[in-house]
This record gives sequence, C-alpha cells and structure tokens, in this order.
Amino acid sequence: MTTSSDIRADAAVVETAAVAVAVAETATETATETAADVLPSAAGTPAEAGPTDPDLAVHLLRLGDDALVLGQRLCEWITHAPTVEEDLALSNIALDLIGHARTLFTRCGRLDGSGRTEDDLAFTRSERQFTNALLTELPNGDFAVTVARQLAYTHYAVLYYEALAGCPDAELAAFGARAAKEAAFHRLHADRWTRRLGRGTPESTRRMQRGLERVWPYTRELFEEDDVVRRLAAAGTVPSPAPLHARWEQHVTGVVTGAGLTVPAPAWSAGGGRGGLHTEEFGPLIAELQSVHRQFPGGTW
Amino acid sequence: MTGALPATVRPAVRSVREVRERVEAIPDPELPVIGLGDLGVVGSVAPGADGVLEVEITPTYLGCPALTAITSAVQDVLTECGHPEGRVRQVLSPPWTTDRITPEGRRKLAANGIAPPVSPAPGGAVAVELGGVPCPHCGSRATRPHLPFGPSRCQSVLWCTGCREPFPHLTAL
Repeated sequence: MTTSSDIRADAAVVETAAVAVAVAETATETATETAADVLPSAAGTPAEAGPTDPDLAVHLLRLGDDALVLGQRLCEWITHAPTVEEDLALSNIALDLIGHARTLFTRCGRLDGSGRTEDDLAFTRSERQFTNALLTELPNGDFAVTVARQLAYTHYAVLYYEALAGCPDAELAAFGARAAKEAAFHRLHADRWTRRLGRGTPESTRRMQRGLERVWPYTRELFEEDDVVRRLAAAGTVPSPAPLHARWEQHVTGVVTGAGLTVPAPAWSAGGGRGGLHTEEFGPLIAELQSVHRQFPGGTW
Repeated sequence: MTGALPATVRPAVRSVREVRERVEAIPDPELPVIGLGDLGVVGSVAPGADGVLEVEITPTYLGCPALTAITSAVQDVLTECGHPEGRVRQVLSPPWTTDRITPEGRRKLAANGIAPPVSPAPGGAVAVELGGVPCPHCGSRATRPHLPFGPSRCQSVLWCTGCREPFPHLTAL
C-alpha cells in the first residue's frame, strides 16, 4: 500500500537520510563496482583498515545514532515547517547531522572489525540495535518541542565535539573540530528561536515552556557514563560527556532565562537508549528510514 | 571477446600534473561557476603507499550532498587519464575553510551573483559586521543578514537595502 504521505516520506528519505547510498554511477561503465569502491569514505584499503577497538566502536556508534536519528526526525519537517525558510533551515541541519553520522559509522565499521559500511549500519540494523539517546528520537511535536529538543542537543553537541577535537586520534579530532563548528551554527538557530518564542506572544511563550518541559527529562541521558565510556576516558582515547553537564546546564539556563522562560526541574529522568531500549514512537521512524533499502536491497542510484 | 581492446578503452596514461589540472577544472556540483581547484577542496594528487594514484578531497561540510558527485567525477577523470585504479581519499585535517577559495574563485562567484566570503582582516580583526558584505548586483555595502540558511548548506542569504534585492552569500567558515 502506498499513500501520498508514504511517497512524500520516501522522497524525503531518498533526498536526505539515504544520501549514504546515493552513488552516481552508470551501469555500463561500473557494473562491477560496489558502493564501497566509490564512496569517499570507503574502507578496505590497507592504509585505512587500522586497528580495532570495540569500546570506541560502541561509543562512535552511539554518537552516530544520535546524529542519524535526530537528522531523520528533522527531515519529517520538510514541507511541513512553519515557513519555507524554516524548511531550508531544518533540512540543512538534518543534512549536517547525517554527514556526521556517515563519518562516525564508517569509522565504527572499521573499529569493530566487522567491515560494515555506513549503509550497513544505517539500514540493516533492527530497532534494538540502535543506541541513540532517547532525546533524539522524541517525536517532533509542535515547532516549540522541536526547538526545545534542538536547544538541548546542540548545546550538548558543541561541548562534546569540542572536547573530542582534543583527543589523540588525529582523524577523530579533525572530525570533532569540524562537527563542533557545524553544531555551533545549529545552536545559534535553536537559541534564536527559543528567544523569539519565549518573548513572543503569550501563546508562543506557553508553548515554548511546554516544549522545554516535554524534552527536559531526556537531556540527562546525553551525559550518562557507563563502563565503555569510563574505560575510554580512563585510557585517554576519547573524553566522557559526564563532566560537561555542568557547563551545558549553565549555557542552556542562560538562553532559557534570557527568553523569559523557566528551566524545568523534572522529577524523573529517561534512560535506556544506549542499551537499545526505545520509546514507542521509534519503530515507525526506523521503518521509514529503512523502507527504501528494504524494498530494494543493495540498490544504488 | 577476441583481439585487442579498442583504443578508447585504454586511454593514454597522463601525468600527475595533468590529472591535477583536470581535477581542479571539474565544476563544483552546487556552485558550477567555479571549479574544485578554485573552491580549494583538492589536496595532494600523488601515488599512495601502494603506488596507486590518490586524489585528496577535503569536504566543505561533513554532510555536503555534492561529495558523492565530486568523488564520482574525480574517479571519472582518473579513468580518463589512464589511472582506472586511482582512488579518491577524503581528508578532514586540515579542515576546509572559506579562506581556501582562490582570488579567481572569489571573482567568479561575485560575477555570478554570489557574494564571496569576507575573510578576517590581517591582524585578527574580523571584518564581518552588518553592512560588510558588498552586494554583488549594485556594489552597495548597505546589506544585512536575511536568512542564515540559504539555497545550499554553504550559503546564507543577505539583503541589499540599496537595490532591495536578496542575494546569496558564501558564509565565511
């Protein structure tokens, strides 16, 4: 069954989330070529194979899942945003996030020794194998909920990627530096909208406050530390996000109070995403994300 | 299939310098008025550790959707130049910045209605302030930010209060 919304959704997936599989090739000239031969981040050359590190692979997969899932959520706004300018803004942000996921997935597939490509990781894992923080999969809600989710994530992402830029792995550090710059642009977008809605009409203020209340219980998970992260941080491989929470809180408090709003103090905190436990709304997101790949396994275009 | 392959299948092997020239001449898929060379995304063109010719490409943005098309176009050039086994390598460090756009690239962008990025002035003072970016249509400096996200990821939209026209601007990065 194909509905018009399926077609729209598929188109969005094709244009954005599935750029990973988009390999322009003409069948006659490159019939024997696979995506791995053509993709810029293709692994498989001896110089790039590198050593394995299961812990780092787990950690990068988490970061990549955060980026991919949030990017996919933002894609749902395409043609539905309040203005065409917001359509552009949210889809551009989604594009950056999917770019982050691609880099992280490619590295992850090398580090875990499985040789899985970015496409394998994005399109062939089941729901329980995704390890994103639950914040990133929360439904878009109204525009204020999306802004609140962006506010929480972007402030975290800038802090974490800036910290990652100082890690000893040159390739990962370069990624962190670039991703932090891109996330800072997304943060500016979230900060501005938080202020505009917070200081707008009584209705926009009420909705923005409600948006913050909706997402706040999910923010703590971004800074969670488990044995994997503790081992990596102790070895000096990558930083833990846990020590960044205080600065995050200080930054977002500045924006929220500056917008005339109140920082929520939730009585509970969500968790489980890093272990593959997800919210009810996650299944449909993954189904849509993977629908093209499932209909045309191994397809390239 | 018998006999020798037609000459077109095995093109003459071109020099590394010629490969570089051809790669630099590939038009950017999103900003076709300038080539990859003027955009500053082409790194070294040299044989890798295993002797296979490698072309380094530094992406402008990590999620740049043009990257796949660029990679494919470079691969085509390698094949046309007699290096079908050649590789494209994505390099993130040092990162691409708008400072890598050549003066010629800036001139071409402006001539095509895209305001080139405004680089930090020597000495560290940042020249980017309201009114700093000249309008590519009328030259007025009375311009102001209009939209932070433009027609492609690397462009924002400014507004000229002189000729009252919006124009794209390659955002300084």
